[in-house]
Amino acid sequence: MLRQLRPALVMIVAMTALTGLLYPLGMSGIAQTVMPDKANGSLITVNGQVVGSELIGQNFTGERYFHGRLSATVGPDPADPSKMSSVPYNAANSGGSNLSPTNRALIDHIKGEVEARKSQNPNQGVPIDLVTTSGSGLDPHISPEAALFQVPRVAMARRLPEDLVRQLVAEHTEDRMLGLLGEPRVNVLKLNLALDRANG
Amino acid sequence: MTINGWIQILIFCAIVVALVKPLGWYMMRVFNGEPTFLSPILHPVETILYRLSGTSEREEQHWLTYTFAMLAFNLLGFVVLYALQRFQAVLPYNPMGMSAVAPDLAFNTAVSFMTNTNWQNYGGESTMSYLVQMAGLTVQNFVSAATGIAIAVALIRGFSRTSARSVGNFWADMTRATLYVLLPLCVVLTLLYVSRGVPQTLSAYIDARTLEGARQTIAVGPVASQLAIKLLGTNGGGFFNANSAHPFENPDAFSNLLQMVSIFAIGAALTNVFGRMVGDQRQGWAILGAMGLIFFVGVLVAYWAEAAGNPLVHALGVDGGNMEGKEVRFGTAMSALFAVVTTAASCGAVNAMHSSFMPLGGMIPLINMELGEIVIGGVGAGLYGMLLFVVLTMFVAGLMVGRTPEYLGKKIEAKDVKMAILAILCLPLAMLGFTALAVVMPTGLASIGNPGPHGFSEVLYAYVSGAANNGSAFGSLSGNTLWYNLTIGVAMLMGRFLVIAPALAIAGSMAAKKTVPTSAGTFPTHGGLFIGLLVGVILIVGGLTFFPALALGPIVEHLSMIAGQTFSAGG
Repeated sequence: MLRQLRPALVMIVAMTALTGLLYPLGMSGIAQTVMPDKANGSLITVNGQVVGSELIGQNFTGERYFHGRLSATVGPDPADPSKMSSVPYNAANSGGSNLSPTNRALIDHIKGEVEARKSQNPNQGVPIDLVTTSGSGLDPHISPEAALFQVPRVAMARRLPEDLVRQLVAEHTEDRMLGLLGEPRVNVLKLNLALDRANG
Repeated sequence: MTINGWIQILIFCAIVVALVKPLGWYMMRVFNGEPTFLSPILHPVETILYRLSGTSEREEQHWLTYTFAMLAFNLLGFVVLYALQRFQAVLPYNPMGMSAVAPDLAFNTAVSFMTNTNWQNYGGESTMSYLVQMAGLTVQNFVSAATGIAIAVALIRGFSRTSARSVGNFWADMTRATLYVLLPLCVVLTLLYVSRGVPQTLSAYIDARTLEGARQTIAVGPVASQLAIKLLGTNGGGFFNANSAHPFENPDAFSNLLQMVSIFAIGAALTNVFGRMVGDQRQGWAILGAMGLIFFVGVLVAYWAEAAGNPLVHALGVDGGNMEGKEVRFGTAMSALFAVVTTAASCGAVNAMHSSFMPLGGMIPLINMELGEIVIGGVGAGLYGMLLFVVLTMFVAGLMVGRTPEYLGKKIEAKDVKMAILAILCLPLAMLGFTALAVVMPTGLASIGNPGPHGFSEVLYAYVSGAANNGSAFGSLSGNTLWYNLTIGVAMLMGRFLVIAPALAIAGSMAAKKTVPTSAGTFPTHGGLFIGLLVGVILIVGGLTFFPALALGPIVEHLSMIAGQTFSAGG
């Protein structure tokens, strides 16, 4: 056993240098040179100000914007930083609700959300992704159905024709990759940016 | 379930199967010490490492020496990782000023990454400095995977050698697994992930001003380099708390497919390495076939459960599959498939929250882990785990016909069967033993997050995941307590080393045996009968051991759910 200590020591030092420093630092160097935008988080800048990342959802609550998935992320309570409280779309502390399918709290929560959504658009069935919490709490997408469901509300709040808003949704609907992989989806932040541009 | 969902599942399976032969051929050359296209660059590096270590690639080790070498290396790895976490506050590459990790959490995390489990009682972006993520966690991701591959190769040599005293050289096997297999693939994968949008930077977190005027701090970091090995080495520890559900850790359907293929690639190819080394590739395909059968049934049940959705939600007038804890870009099909893949292999990365899966959807990951993750399994660990079941199966087959069992010309004797049983039984001991303790202790019960039978499932899942060295979780359990940090830590150690040591003992024992020539009475181990028998033994052992626990958790939850019952805290 003792005879194996020398190789163990050499190997752990060598592997740390190789796979723990050389590899990640080298990859950072290459990525920063070849694909700096992606390697730095696909940030979106408007008038010199970073407004977010195209891959990270953000919290939309106003009537003038399309809303994303529900988010269960938490963060330090502004009133008492020693406690954690709900901070939707906290991109420094990702996570889901982890509520079980038979938990009364989950069913009650969904029920409340369904009623709130129905009051905004009583004519269509509520899409399930609008009333459930995403796994990361940062889901940047909603389904095309969930976007279309919100069109009447957004169009009214912005005094834009519904057809124009619906067309924007269609333009921002991404199909499955190669028509096969993944699911059709709409990037909420990009759609809302387009809305702001349409309003001038 | 949709046709598109099944097409995606089939595309995944086809890619994995297509990789088996080329990757198997390459790895066989690597572990036989034959030259490969990377040798001109890597062989000099290898030689320097052996010389510094005072060993040589030609030095052969007895199985006990091999075991000691592996243990010494893992022990030192644990010490380094523990120390890095405790001192991260005063070390470089800590732009967010993370403070020292608490002793019990640091112990749990160090054991977790050293044993290839990657159970995480912490949130990465809120706990670990970039230095710990790189020089601590990423390193163990590599070498724990390389350790697993080395053990599997040693066991294969046990079956392929005749009257031999040694099973190979741990240092050479571990080094080659890292340098020739893991590292080159990770370099390619890292760049592919970055091209999909996975960050790779050492800058601090980003401060954004959202469209509605709020502040959003966006965590970034050297994510892609860690992501690549997290999947390829079946480690599973996320850079971020949400793991591969985080859009930065899995931006789209392509990165998702790449991740699932990475999880299975090496484990599946090792069955081919096995076949090639014992001189009959059909032996490898038979084992892969048995794995594939169990895998397919798992996918079927999990996808069906998630696509069918929650009847309690449907009663509110909302149709559709279960989207709680899932991401829109993956939907139910790719979330269910990922869950089965990650627990069939001992990866533990998740792209959806398993705690919010339907009761039967969440039961499949549990069963996969309880069987010991022998369906493809962890890199190396899956193959040696499966070969232990093969030993048991041949013993049972021998009993049925009253012949001394033999496998690949090696007589399987009492001590071999004892070692296999020891390894197979230590898993339920850790899984069920600790669960039983935790659910009668107030300190164990206090961490439960969901009421009703799901609460029991959370505790069971934690110890099953720990002992099976998986690392995925029902995240509703608050695991960062003294009790869970220590007991899950012990479960991980039991599940790793109490399987490895008997596996290496069998390797030594097999290598020393003579090969018996095939005769008319030899039970062929490359056909349908063998596959059926092997699957049968696995399911009987697993079923008898774990059915009572499953009945108390997911099964009763499912029955309550279809009866329309919900559970609330305190009632």
